[in-house]
Formats: sequence, structure tokens, C-alpha cells
Amino acid sequence: MNRILHPGLWVALGLPALVGAWPLLTGSPANRELVFTILLSVTLASSLNILLGYTGYVNFGHIVFFGLGGYIGFYLMSAHSASLYLAMAAGGLGAGLLGLLLGRAILRLRGAYFALATIGVNEAARAFVNNFKPFGGPIGMSLNFQVFSEYGGATDALWLVYRLMLLLTLSVILVSFAVKTSRFGLGLRAIRENEDAAEVMGVVAPSAKSWAYTLSAIFPGIAGVLFFFKNGNVEPIDAFRLHTSIEVIVMVMLGGAGTVFGPILGAGVYQRLRGLLLVSPVFKNIQLAVAGALLLVIILFVPAGVVGWLRHRFPFLRRVLE
Amino acid sequence: MIETILASLIDGVLLGFVYGLAAMGLALIFGVMNVINLAHGPTIALGMFVSYFAFTSLGLSPYLALIPAGVFGLLLGMVIYGVAVHRVINAPHLSTLLATFAVNMILIGIGTAVLTTTPRNIDFRLGSFVAGPATILWNRLAAATATIVVAGLLYLFLQRTRPGKHIRAVTDNRAAAELMGIPSSRVLALTFGIGSMLAAVAGAVIATLFPFNVLSGGGYELKSFLIAVLGSLGNPFGALLGGLVLGALEGVLPGVVPTTWVPVFEFVLFVLILLWRPTGLLGGRQ
Repeated sequence: MNRILHPGLWVALGLPALVGAWPLLTGSPANRELVFTILLSVTLASSLNILLGYTGYVNFGHIVFFGLGGYIGFYLMSAHSASLYLAMAAGGLGAGLLGLLLGRAILRLRGAYFALATIGVNEAARAFVNNFKPFGGPIGMSLNFQVFSEYGGATDALWLVYRLMLLLTLSVILVSFAVKTSRFGLGLRAIRENEDAAEVMGVVAPSAKSWAYTLSAIFPGIAGVLFFFKNGNVEPIDAFRLHTSIEVIVMVMLGGAGTVFGPILGAGVYQRLRGLLLVSPVFKNIQLAVAGALLLVIILFVPAGVVGWLRHRFPFLRRVLE
Repeated sequence: MIETILASLIDGVLLGFVYGLAAMGLALIFGVMNVINLAHGPTIALGMFVSYFAFTSLGLSPYLALIPAGVFGLLLGMVIYGVAVHRVINAPHLSTLLATFAVNMILIGIGTAVLTTTPRNIDFRLGSFVAGPATILWNRLAAATATIVVAGLLYLFLQRTRPGKHIRAVTDNRAAAELMGIPSSRVLALTFGIGSMLAAVAGAVIATLFPFNVLSGGGYELKSFLIAVLGSLGNPFGALLGGLVLGALEGVLPGVVPTTWVPVFEFVLFVLILLWRPTGLLGGRQ
């Protein structure tokens, strides 16, 4: 019962819920698109945080789950005219299954070797989908516009996707909090600090790591289905962008890896900052360089991220920011 | 049939030398300081541009242009080490991976803004000659020769000179090397410089073979990971061998499977080697 009353959970859930409710109240499509991007980033960052922040394994291929889940769901919707809900379930399940199988194999590697393997997985997945005929090869797939009529026309369908995205984001945060405050999460953090010592203390590291990987894979899989359904088409280049994986890592690091609130804050700040840089004529051409410089400053001077730094600097915040 | 395969095998192996050169710097840096340099790709790309400008503006022969490209890479690498790597050299892997990736983003961002992504080309063709079934381009043979020369120089440097011995001492045991009076920070900076120099020289060599733009380094960076792991991460001469293997594979595979499937095989192979023998073909230290 205590965990449900923890203020850290309500801060972490409250901010995205407030921001997420804003487009619903104003009914403005422009706001909806803006907040959708932020919610998607929060989902990706919070799910990555389970592996990167709690367990301490660097995953450069987080976007594989987003792309693969999106592709599975999209394939079901376009080729077998499955419903969006079924596609979401299939996308999440497919990504989770891949995470479980892949985790069993590559989580034996540690440190830099694991990071390299995830880059390899990302490239292999993209190259494979590029050649996989049922998924449309390099051209990808697109949805017939008729599909949207099932959900009350294109406009209503976009609002439906938005509400589902908000729901998904809030569930990721809930899971992230539940993991962090559970015994399982304690095991993960022990692995992060020292894997050998954790095993000696009775943490079954291989299975704990695999489950962390699986858990962090399910949510991007579902998010991918929503994203590509909204777009109406899916291409290998959009689905497996190594660059997006790294952007998600930047968000987690910016907010604070290993905290529940950090990835939420980091994703929001990063997306807002990126939006501002893109419209500014001075920074438009070098927005990548600015993002890189920002990342470098965080890594070198504030490795704990904003939330980590705040928790360290102001002890009373530790009760509010989890 | 056999003749076609043989011809593409020769072509692939010659290209493999260049791949190996591109991966040597990555392997050297990892071997000495356990850092995977994710700024490797942009360094390769900038090497291409140094050679391009030396050729188009100064009229330098592309093979002489390897020297300014190398000097540029050396300086760039030492600056990257000082700014981005030194502070986090003892931190967990995540820090150095992300720090070098941040440098990658900065270099690509500025490079794209200044140099644009228009494809460039060093217009320098030496012609070809026929040897048995194969038609060999002089450009490729010269590129392979340049690689062998650079690898030989690196070997002599590491084995015979005092800074080279310092690098090997720091590789074996940084703490002990420091106790012997070796300034390890300077040695690490030098190593990072040499690793980047090899990348830039590789870029300059690649520029004599293919058209390129500022983003071209990325593909060679990915190949370099594969090659370095294939050869044995941390051993620059293993990387050269890995490059030859990859070059041969790329020469032969398109004859057996559709060309677009080649990257699938390459990266699946990469993950399998990591799992099955992370120390690579040459074995070596874990």
C-alpha cells in the first residue's frame, strides 16, 4: 500500500497526465501532434531506462523493438485487416518475444561487447526487413485510407491513437516505478553495481537481465504500432534509425538514468529543445552539433542527469522525485 | 564460373586491405584504453575531405595527400581525447561510448552544415591491367600497397620506438607503467591521436576509390566494428586480417546470394562472432 502512496509515483504520473490532457481539453490537432511526439519519447526513454538505468546495460538497438513491433502490427493491419487493438497486442508480444530470445543470447556479453552487439542487431534487423518481401522490402507498406473508417474516420482515428498513446505512456511509467521499487528492481540495480557480487548474493543474473530486456522491449513494440498506424505507412529507414536509439539514450542521460522521473523529464526537455532548435534559423543547420555538445556536457559534468543532480543537491527532493 | 568468382575474390581482397586499415585505428584505441571510439566514422569522412581539398586546391597527388590527412587525424584525435575522453576514461563504458558519440554528432553536425552532403569525387584514375581472369584496377592495387606501408610503419613504431614501447607498456598495465615513470595520460592522448590518424588515412585512401560525402564514414565505421571483432578487438594487425576476410566475403557473397542480402549476412555474422568468440579469430586477451 505504501508504494501506491509514494509521492514519487504521483509526480512521475502527474506531469505526463497533465501535459497529455492538455490537447484533449483544447481539442487542437496541432497541440495533439506536439504532445504525441513527447509522449512517444517518454515511452521510449522510460522503457529503455529499465535496461540502461536500472540494469546498467547500454542498448544501442532499442529502436529495433519499436521498428519490429510496428512492422508486425502494420503487417497484420494491412495484409490481414486486423483491428488496431489486435495489432498492438501482436506488436508488443512480438517485440517482447524478440527481447526474450535475443536477451538469452546477447546478454551474456558485458560492457562494450554488449553495446557493439546491439549495434549489430540494429543493422541486421534493418538489412533483413529491407529484403523481406512480405514486409514490402525497401518500399515498406502503406495502409488503405479505408481502414480509418472503422474508427469513425481519419480525424477520430488520430484522436483514438493519441488517447491510446497517453494510456501507454502512463502504463510504462507505472511499470518503471513498480520495477524500481520491487525486489526484482533491487536485483537489477545490484547487477548494475557489480554483477558478480550480485550473483553471489543470490540474484539470478541471467534470468533477471532477460526479463528486464523483455520488459523494456514490449512498450516500444506497442508504441511502434501506434506511430506507424498514425503515419499510414512504414519504411525500413524510419523504423530502424540507429540515430533515434541514440537520441533516446540522450534523453535518459539528460533526465537521469536509473530514476523514474528522469527519463520523463529528459524526453520532454529534449523534444522541446529540438523543436526550438529546428525553427531557429541560426541553429537549424547545426542542431545535431548542438545536441551533441549538450550530451557531451552532461556526460562530462553531470553524469547523474538533472534528476540525479537535484536529488543529490537537495536531499528533501528525494522523497518527491523517485 | 570459377573465374568470375576468382576475379571478384581478388577485387574483394584488395578492397579488404583498405577495410582493414579503416578498422586498425579502432582496434588500437580499444586495445590500449578499452574505449570504443564512436567518432571513428566522422574521422574517416574528414580524412576523405582533407585529401579531396589537397587534391583539388593544392593539386597534390592523392597518395601524397595521405600525409596531410594523417597529420590532421593525429591532431583531431588528440583534441578529442583531451576534450571528451580524458575526464571519463575510468568511468563505466557507457560514459566513453556516449562521450565519443557526442563528438560524432558534433563533427557530423558541423560537417553537414559546412561541407553539405553533396557527393564528391577525387577524379584520379590510374587505369587497369589484366592478370589471368581478373582485371585489376591500379587504384585498388595502390590503395592496398598504401595500407601495407602504413601497417608496416605502425608495426615499426610500436616495436622499435620509445613512444611505441610506452604505448605497449600502458596497454599491458597502466598502473605499473605509471610507476615506471611513463606519463600515461600523454600516452593515451597519443594513442587516440594515432588511432584517429589511421582512420583519417583510411578515409583518404577510400577517397581515391569511391565517391563520398560527409556521412560516408558511418558505413565504414560499422564495417570497422565488424572487422575489429572478427580480427580480435584490440589488436590492430588482427584488424588487418579481419579486413581481408570481410573483403573476400564481400567479393564472393554477391555471386551466391542477392547483393542486398549481403549486409544481413555481415551483421548476423558480426553478432554470432561476438557470441561465439568475442576475442576474434586471433584469440588474444579477453
